[in-house]
Amino acid sequence: MSLPSLLPLFALLTSLVASVVIFSLPEKSYRLQTTVNLVAALLKMGLVAFMAWGVFHDTEYRIGFTVMPGVEFLLKADALSMIFAGLSAVLWFLTTLYAVGYLEHSPNRSRFFGFFSLCVASTMGIALAGNLFTFFLFYEMLTLSTYPLIVHRGTAQALRAGRTYIFYTLTGGAVLLLGVAWMHGLAGGLEFGQAGQLGETDPALWDSLRIVFVILIAGLGVKAALFPLHGWLPQAMVAPAPVSALLHAVAVVKAGAFGIVRVVFDLYGTEFTHELGLLEPLGWLAAFTILFGSVRALMQSDLKRRLAYSTISQISYIILGLTLLGPIGTAGGLVHLLHQGMMKITLFFCAGNYAETLGVHRIDELDGAGRRMPGTSVAFTIGAFGMIGAPPLAGFITKWTLGTGALAADMGWVIGVLLISSLLNAAYFLPIIHRLWFRKAPNAWPEEQSWGRFETKALLLWPPVVTAVITVLFGLLAAMQFSPLSWAELIASKEFWS
Amino acid sequence: MSAHLLYAFGGVVLCGMGLGGFILLSHLLRKLLAFNIMGSGIFLILVGLAQHGGGAEPGMDPVPQALVLTGIVVAVSATALALVLIRRYYYLTGQTVLESSAESGRRNNDDDPGSRKDGAL
Amino acid sequence: MTTWLMAGLLFTPLAWAAITLLLSFRNGRWVSWLGMLVQVLVSVGVWLLVVDRGEFYHGLGGWDAPLGIELRVDGLAIIFVLLTATVATACGWHAGMYLDSDKPWQKHFWPLFWFLWAALNSVWLSGDLFNLYVGLEVITLTAVGLVAVGGQADALRAALRYLLVALVGSMAYLLGVALVYGEFGVLSLAVVRELQAENGVGMTLPLALMLGGLAVKSALFPMHGWLPPAHGVAKSPVSGLMSGLVVKASFYIAARLWLELGHEAGSLALAQVLGVLGSAAVVWGSWLALRQKKLKQVVAYSSVAQIGYLFLLFPLTLSVSEAVSLQAQQGVTLQVVSHALAKGAMFLAAGNLILSVRSGEVDALAGVGRFLPFSLFSFGLAGVSLMGLPPSGGFAAKWLLLQASLASGQWWWALVLLAGGLLSALYVFRIYQASFVQDSDLDEFYHPPRSLELVPMILALLALGLGLVVDPMLTLLGRPFGEGSVP
Repeated sequence: MSLPSLLPLFALLTSLVASVVIFSLPEKSYRLQTTVNLVAALLKMGLVAFMAWGVFHDTEYRIGFTVMPGVEFLLKADALSMIFAGLSAVLWFLTTLYAVGYLEHSPNRSRFFGFFSLCVASTMGIALAGNLFTFFLFYEMLTLSTYPLIVHRGTAQALRAGRTYIFYTLTGGAVLLLGVAWMHGLAGGLEFGQAGQLGETDPALWDSLRIVFVILIAGLGVKAALFPLHGWLPQAMVAPAPVSALLHAVAVVKAGAFGIVRVVFDLYGTEFTHELGLLEPLGWLAAFTILFGSVRALMQSDLKRRLAYSTISQISYIILGLTLLGPIGTAGGLVHLLHQGMMKITLFFCAGNYAETLGVHRIDELDGAGRRMPGTSVAFTIGAFGMIGAPPLAGFITKWTLGTGALAADMGWVIGVLLISSLLNAAYFLPIIHRLWFRKAPNAWPEEQSWGRFETKALLLWPPVVTAVITVLFGLLAAMQFSPLSWAELIASKEFWS
Repeated sequence: MSAHLLYAFGGVVLCGMGLGGFILLSHLLRKLLAFNIMGSGIFLILVGLAQHGGGAEPGMDPVPQALVLTGIVVAVSATALALVLIRRYYYLTGQTVLESSAESGRRNNDDDPGSRKDGAL
Repeated sequence: MTTWLMAGLLFTPLAWAAITLLLSFRNGRWVSWLGMLVQVLVSVGVWLLVVDRGEFYHGLGGWDAPLGIELRVDGLAIIFVLLTATVATACGWHAGMYLDSDKPWQKHFWPLFWFLWAALNSVWLSGDLFNLYVGLEVITLTAVGLVAVGGQADALRAALRYLLVALVGSMAYLLGVALVYGEFGVLSLAVVRELQAENGVGMTLPLALMLGGLAVKSALFPMHGWLPPAHGVAKSPVSGLMSGLVVKASFYIAARLWLELGHEAGSLALAQVLGVLGSAAVVWGSWLALRQKKLKQVVAYSSVAQIGYLFLLFPLTLSVSEAVSLQAQQGVTLQVVSHALAKGAMFLAAGNLILSVRSGEVDALAGVGRFLPFSLFSFGLAGVSLMGLPPSGGFAAKWLLLQASLASGQWWWALVLLAGGLLSALYVFRIYQASFVQDSDLDEFYHPPRSLELVPMILALLALGLGLVVDPMLTLLGRPFGEGSVP
C-alpha cells in the first residue's frame, strides 16, 4: 500500500484524531484545544489541496477493505468528492476560527469542539466515500455527531429542536438503509463513479430499481430538506451560530444534497435515470421546493429562520441542475454545491455577529446596523446579492449556467422557475439590505457589546469577510482553470462524453 | 399397551397435574411442590418411553436411569435454592406469595429507604 | 494440548469456584482476577487451536459418545467462548471494585460467578441434548443466586420469579428431550439429526416443546415479564452478566436445535410464529423501555427488545437458499455478540452513573453533562450499537439480517428491523437528552475511580468497532451452526 493511496484516510483521520484529543483534554486547557483544532484544520486543507492537484492530473487515490463478504469499505478521491472535501476543509478552518471567537468564555467548549471535529470527520467521510455502503456509514455518523451541537445550549427549546432533528434524520437514515441494502441485494456493492453501470442490468429489475431510487431519494431528501421533509431545518436554528453556519453550508444539508448527486449522477447515471422516467419528477420536486422555500422565507421575521428557509430553496438548485439532462445543467448544479456553501456561510456568520454583538435576532431590529457594523454588513450584502443572483457574484454564475442548461435540455419551464425564485430571493433579501443601510439606527441596541477596536471581535469579523471575498472571486474568476465552474464542467463532461 | 408405556402415560398425567398446580397455586411452597411433581412426571416419561421404544434392547438401556438420576440431582438443587429464597423472602416481607406484576411494579417505584439502600446499586 | 485446553475451559473455573468458596470477598477478588487472566489465556488458546486445526469433536477424558461426554468445538462455539471470556472478565473486574466488600454476603459472589462461567462454557461446547440441559440448569441456578445475593425484598422477589419461570422452561425442554430419547435412544444432536433425516419421523412436538422452554428462558415476548425486574434489580456487574451472557445461553441452544433439526421437524408456521413473537418483543420491549423511570430498568427492557431480533433466525433460515440462511446465521451471531458487549457496557456504565448521582432515576441525570462523566460517554457509545447505527456491530448485524430478509422475500422482517432501530433510538436518546439539560440543581457529583470507568468504555468501544472487523469474525464462523463434520 503506497503512501498516496493512504491520503484519503489521512484526510479523514485529521479531524477524527483532533476530536479524540479534544475530548480527552480537560476543559481548562482551552488554548491547547484551539491549537489542536486549527493545526488539524490546516493539515486537512493541505491534504485536500494536494489530493485535488493529483486528481486533476488523473491520479486516483483509493483505499478500502472488506467489511463483510461482498461489502467493502472504500475511500476514494475523485473529482466530485474533491468538490465537497475542499468545501468542508476550507469551511472547517474558517468556522473553527469563528467558533473560537463565538464561544469564548462559554461552558462545555471541549464537548462542543470535540463533536464539531467529529462532524467534520463525517462530512469528509461522506465526501470521500467510494460506494453507497461507506456513504451510509458516515451519513449516520454525521447525524449522531451533530445532535450534541444542536442541543449544545441545553435549553428546553434546544432540546426540542434536537428531538425533531433526530426524529427526522434517523427516520431518513432508516429509509436510506433500506434503500442501500436493497440496492446491494439487487446489484451488489457498486462503486461510485462508473455511471451507467445499472443501465446494463436486466430490464426485469428496473421496476425494483425505480422503487429503490425513490427510497434512496426519500432517505437523502430528509437531510437535503426536500419538500415535504424539510420540517427539522428551521427548528434547528436554535443551535449556536457556528453550528447553523456549518449545518447549512457544508454539513448536514449538503450531505443530503451530495448524496442525491451521488445517487443520480454516479450510481444510476443521469441518462439511465431519465430512461427510468425518474429524472423529470425529481426536477419538478426540486423546482417546487425552490419556490416553496422562497415563499416561506418571505414570511419569516426572524433572521436565522429566514436564512433557513432560504437554504431549503437554494439546496434544491443543486438537485434541479442534476435533472437537466446534459452537461451544462449538471455543471450548474454541481457548482452550486460550492457557491451556495460560501454564500450561505457568509450570511450565517453575519447573522451570528448581529446576534452576538448587538443582540439583534429579528429582521425589524436590524435598522441602521450597517453603520454600526460596516464590515459585517458589507459581507452580508455581498452574500445576499449572491443569493439573488446579481452579476458578477457566484450565485449569478449558478443561475446563468442552470438557465443555459435548461435551454440546452429543452426544459424551458426551468427558466421560469429560476426567474420567479430570483424575484422571491430579491423580495426577501432586499428589505434586509435596505434596513441595514438606509434606515436610522435605534437609540440603543437590544444587548450591545463592544470589543476592542473593531466593530466586533476580530475572530467573528474576519471569517465572513473572507467568505464574502471568496464569493466575489468565485464569480469573477469563473472562467479560470481552477474555478469551481471549470471543475464542475470537467466532471459533467466526463459523464456525458465518455 | 406395554407396562412401560403405562409408566409414560402416568408421567404425562403427573406432568399435567404439576403444571396445573404450578399455574393455579399462588403459595410459593405449593408452587415448588407442583414443580417437583412435574419433574417426577417427566422422569417417568423419560424412563418409560426409552424402555418402550428406541435405544438398545428394550429394558437393557442404562442411559435413562443415569439421566433421571442426574435430573433428580438438578431438581433437588433447584428445590433447595428455591427454599432458601422463599425462606429469606418470608423473613423480609412476611409474605408467602409473589405479588402480581402490577403491584410489584408499583412497589418498585415507591422509594422506601430501607430496601432501596442496597437495591438501587 | 487439546485435553489440557478443554480441561482449562470446563474444569479450572470450577477450581476457582471451589477456592473462592473458602475465601472472603477481598481475598477471593485477587484469586478471581488471577483466574480471569488464566481463563482468557485458555480461551484464546482454544481459539488458536481451532484456527490452526479447524473444527473438531473432543471426547472428554478419552470417552467418546454415546458413553462419554462429547464436546463439539466449532467456530460458533469458539466465538461464544471468547465472548464469555470478554464479558465475564469485564464484569468480574468491575465487580471486584464496584461491590461493597464490607458486606459479609458479598463473598458468595465469586463462587457463583465461577460456576456460572463453567456452565456457560459447557453449554457452548456440548453437542448433546442432556448435557445442554444440565449446563442450562446450572446457569439458571447460579444466575438466580447472583441476582439474589445480598438483595432486599425486591431482589428476592425478582429472583424467585426468575427461578420459577426458568424451572418451567427447563421442564418443557426436558420433556422434549425425553420424547427425542424415547424415539431414537440417542442424545447427540448430530446423531439425532442423521437418524431423523433417515427415518423421516415427525419430531415437531419435541422440537416445539424444547424451543418453547428455551424461549421462556430467553424472555421471548410474551414470556418476558421476569427479565426486567431480575436484570434491573441485580447489582450492575451481575446485570451485565445476565443480559450479556445468561440469556444468550438458552437462545444458543434453541438456535443449535433449530439449525440441526429444524429442516426436518420445523414448520413454516412455527418459524413465522417465533419471528412474529420476536418482532413483538422488539416493539413492545422498546416501548416499555421508553416508559421506565429508572435508568437500569430502561436498559433491562431494552434487552427484551434486543433479544427479539435474535428470533428472526427462525423464519430466515427455514426453506431459504443456503446463502440466505448463512447470512441470517451470521447476522444473528453478530447481534448476540454486539448486544452482549454493548449491554455489558451499558449496565456497568449505568452502575457508575448511579454511583455518581446517587440516584437510579433517569431524571436524576439532568445536567450531568457538565461534569463530563466518562461513563456517560461509554453509555452513549454502547447506545450507538443498540440503535444499530454504523460502524457498530449492531449495524453489521442489522445489515446482514436486512439482506437475508430482502433476499428471501420476507420483506416484513426488514420493516421490523428498521422500526426496531428507530424505537431503540427513542429510549437511547431520552437518556442522552437528559444529560444535556443545562440548568439543573445537580451540584454534587462523585467521580468514580478511573479503573471503574475504564471497563465499560472498553466494552463499548469493542461493540462500536465490531462492525469494522466483521469479516475476520465471519471467517472464523466459517461453516457455522452444525455444518461441522459428524463424528
